Amino acid sequence: MCLAIPGKVLEEFDRRGMRMAKVQFGGIVREASLDYTPEAKVGDYVLVHVGFAISTVDAEEAARTYQLLEEMDQLTELEAPVVDEISARKPQ
Amino acid sequence: MKYIDEYRNPRLAKATVEEIRRIQTQPWVIMEVCGGQTHSIVKHGIDRLLPEGIELVHGPGCPVCVTPLDMIDKAHSIAARPDVIFCSFGDMLRVPGSHGDLFTLQSQGADIRVVYSPLDCLKIATANPDKQVVFFAIGFETTAPANAMLVHRAAQEGVDNVSILVSHSLVPPALRFLLKAPENRVQGFLGPGHVCAVMGYREYEPVSARYKVPIVITGFEPLDIMQGVLMTVRQLEAGSAVVENQYSRVLNRDGNLPARKLVESLFEVVDRKWRGVGTIPESGYKLRSQYAAYDAEQLFSVQQIDTNESAICISGQILRGIKKPHDCPVFGTLCTPLTPLGATMVSAEGACAAYYAYGRHVDKQRDEAPAAVPAR
Repeated sequence: MCLAIPGKVLEEFDRRGMRMAKVQFGGIVREASLDYTPEAKVGDYVLVHVGFAISTVDAEEAARTYQLLEEMDQLTELEAPVVDEISARKPQ
Repeated sequence: MKYIDEYRNPRLAKATVEEIRRIQTQPWVIMEVCGGQTHSIVKHGIDRLLPEGIELVHGPGCPVCVTPLDMIDKAHSIAARPDVIFCSFGDMLRVPGSHGDLFTLQSQGADIRVVYSPLDCLKIATANPDKQVVFFAIGFETTAPANAMLVHRAAQEGVDNVSILVSHSLVPPALRFLLKAPENRVQGFLGPGHVCAVMGYREYEPVSARYKVPIVITGFEPLDIMQGVLMTVRQLEAGSAVVENQYSRVLNRDGNLPARKLVESLFEVVDRKWRGVGTIPESGYKLRSQYAAYDAEQLFSVQQIDTNESAICISGQILRGIKKPHDCPVFGTLCTPLTPLGATMVSAEGACAAYYAYGRHVDKQRDEAPAAVPAR
């Protein structure tokens, strides 16, 4: 019910004083109101719930969260034995 | 799709599980508040990937599930009127009231329409000036701005044949209600990301402080949920209890200010009944008195109807995190999505319906069947 999907703002238009947009979700384009996201502009990703953009996705924050996950993954890999070290321990 | 695919990366999911395993020293019970999160957890099997001892229990955050039976009966009685076009989100149509569901009523000739957005009702009202168009305005804080905008635009454009039947619920009072209960088992929460996209998370700070529980506002993709669990476990292990924001790409502490402003100008907070749970103080919205002309409950005097819930159904305990669908004697047998007995089976986001959709009733039957004789 609280499902909201991120989509890309393709174009803006006015409908009887409402700020509307065509928003692309994968292969589907639907209309959404931008009245609650005055900062959203063409090219931005907005989170759409029942025909209304309720948030503009913050690209920097998205990258930062993802970076944290990537770093954790790299740390996990660092803890695993490195192939060179394994072969180095073998008697020559 | 951007902002979806990268949060389904199995390599990073595995690393997150490993990190949870590394830091965890004892069992913890964590509740995901939102039905959308429950759906994602069961769909992706996240509860089964987590280390043993991290138990996820499913919260009350499914608005369709918790819409009280008497409200569904009111909807039924309004929708049956020949002068009404009744509009609703699709998932409300299948929910059984005391006299069947709205789909059945529709098949008997009532004009009941599924809409994508509340704003669609404005178009329908303008095209049908001789009818009263009633929208079933259910939902949590996430949906309130959309429902508020329908009334706001109708008032602005002078459309006077549209009204809303309001059954709005609010999350923070429900969390307080759960935490106050003596049987509460929940030690930390994954907070509702899209509710907080609208409302921000200031309201959760006193809840976290008062009951000493970590609350991590969390998104809906598998990696969001796993990272939310990791952040919660980190706090639990450190003895900390604060509100953190995993879903920072979507929300900040203040939420969506224009949306909150319109919601506050149209709605006031009232006590609200939650199906399977009971009345929770100050846990819902109703339209303010100056918008009474748009309030379907006032426009159509609906008699108070006596309702009956199933005596076997344990959905109330499931919604409070005390029990799981598997603990119910009729889960997947007498009670299925086609023949739901209670709140948590009526919507796809209910815990029972999610368990059923992803085959967990089959696991239950297998676990309970007498052990097969091994083949020779």
